[in-house]
Amino acid sequence: MKPLRRSIFDRLPEILIEGVIRLCGVSAILLVFGIFFFVFREAYGLLPGGDFRLGHFLFDTHWNPASQSGPAYGTLALLAGTASVTLLSMAIAIPFGLGSAIYLSEFCVPYRRETLKVVIEILAAIPSVVWGFIGLMVMNPLIIAVTGAPIGLNILNGGLLLALMSIPIIASLGEDALKAVPDSYREAGLALGASRWQLVYRVLLPAARPGLLAAVLLGLGRAVGETMAVLMATGHSVHVPTSVLDSVRTLTATIAAELGEASVGSHHYQLLFLVGIYLLAITSAFNLAADFLVRGRRRSSR
Amino acid sequence: MKPALAPSPTTPRFRETPAIARRHRQEVIARRLLGTTLILSLVPLFAILIYLVWQAAPVLSWGFLVESPRDGMRSGGLWPALLGTLYLVGASLAAATPVGVLAAVYLNEYARPGRFSRLVSLAVINLAGVPSIVHALFGLGAFVAFAGFGRSILAASLTLAVMSLPVIIASTTEALKSVPQSFREASWNLGATRWQTTRHIVLPNALPGIFTGIILMVSRTAGETAPVLFTGAVFYKSIAGGDLFAYSLLDQCMALSVHLFTVSTQVPNVSDALPYAIAVVLVATVLGVNALSIALRVYLRSRKNW
Repeated sequence: MKPLRRSIFDRLPEILIEGVIRLCGVSAILLVFGIFFFVFREAYGLLPGGDFRLGHFLFDTHWNPASQSGPAYGTLALLAGTASVTLLSMAIAIPFGLGSAIYLSEFCVPYRRETLKVVIEILAAIPSVVWGFIGLMVMNPLIIAVTGAPIGLNILNGGLLLALMSIPIIASLGEDALKAVPDSYREAGLALGASRWQLVYRVLLPAARPGLLAAVLLGLGRAVGETMAVLMATGHSVHVPTSVLDSVRTLTATIAAELGEASVGSHHYQLLFLVGIYLLAITSAFNLAADFLVRGRRRSSR
Repeated sequence: MKPALAPSPTTPRFRETPAIARRHRQEVIARRLLGTTLILSLVPLFAILIYLVWQAAPVLSWGFLVESPRDGMRSGGLWPALLGTLYLVGASLAAATPVGVLAAVYLNEYARPGRFSRLVSLAVINLAGVPSIVHALFGLGAFVAFAGFGRSILAASLTLAVMSLPVIIASTTEALKSVPQSFREASWNLGATRWQTTRHIVLPNALPGIFTGIILMVSRTAGETAPVLFTGAVFYKSIAGGDLFAYSLLDQCMALSVHLFTVSTQVPNVSDALPYAIAVVLVATVLGVNALSIALRVYLRSRKNW
């Protein structure tokens, strides 16, 4: 009688394909480490010996890495640029994004909801270089005309653009978070005679809070990492801003603006890669925090 | 005069107490306020799109798409950029799709839920959040310098592929999850192995969803600028208009998104309408592909019969 189990040769193709699948499965992990490794590899030349000081890199506001006499490589002003643009954009995008999410999920009739979600998806699909272009050609003269500022490429411009770019992310992820609240919560609230708004305010918002916070954090991470729009729309002066009409330069825009002119392997070039690592650390922190919020919640509710 | 005994349907049957009236007012205010936030988020989109098309109208024509730029990018069309984008998207698609789909298959069909699969999905999430400029640095370090591809379509499209991998993994996982578990169980009960089940049952049923995700990725990749800017894009490349096979994989190329960036920031004395026209073509490309994906999804959802 033939054994039921097939021989190793019959199963060879299957074993091979499983190997390939497993390899692809770990590809994401490999790539994350690969990104850290290769970006760090280019920056590594700075660290041993030399006069590179981490404290100067993190906490000094002077950024002039190409200078021959005494290169300054403090990124605090760039971080301030990123932070100011991001904060302004979040101040606009959080109320509008979450408001849209609540309206979509709780106050909308289904057919209209589907249409609006498609429109939001379209808003999310517009490439960032187009937003930058809009900032340059449309918002720039508009801001000059309205506020009387000498130049319209500033925090206000970049913040508005980033807000428009983050609203769809926050709105669609926020809607997902609200939808994930079990319907029994809604039914219980309505049965007790709550109005829709009371239901939202007293029941759904607390229940969906981790998910909503995660949506905000992901929008925040996206805004911090956004490159082309801020490169084109926030101007190019490296300093700690004092008003929303100041021009600033963000971490991302600095890399994009200077990478082309830094010669390969120079100190300047290595510094830009180090800024990349810095940026990666910031956005990873936001993403991991968002993920932790969502997963931690899911586990505890089981 | 109303009849006294039969109240009209509109008169409330219960007297509104002040508390109920207040609640009702709050409800109306909240609904209007929230609706306003949504409308205010969407209005700028349409205003801007209409404005772009309006400004670009003088230049837009068929010739604009299939001619080469002339006169130091100040006139002529954008064929090399359009073709370059096509090459970049095609090559990155070819690289990212198999790896992304198989990674999702691993996550959904093979991996046992546990610490390791959690680590993989964490990596996917992290990969999705890497800023595009850091991808550019990675592409420069890994593909241009380390692998020795130089600045080329190959290096740029591999960078784009890494960038779009998490998108494909996420959408494919979604598609695989939507295949009912009973399909798999039926297949296993007939003696099929895990791969046979995946190959003949799960993948065919998930194919439409996978396809939707891939189209969505095309629309994202076509608009990416920063990663391409430093790994393979070039300011100008002379190519005969309408020539489909002008680039090789190791050439540098023009790309639509980079073209918009350079024309609007680095070319002096450009006519007003030209950058608007480039922007309109780019947006139309991205939104057209996106619309295709949405239409496909709606059609498939309506056809699904389990």
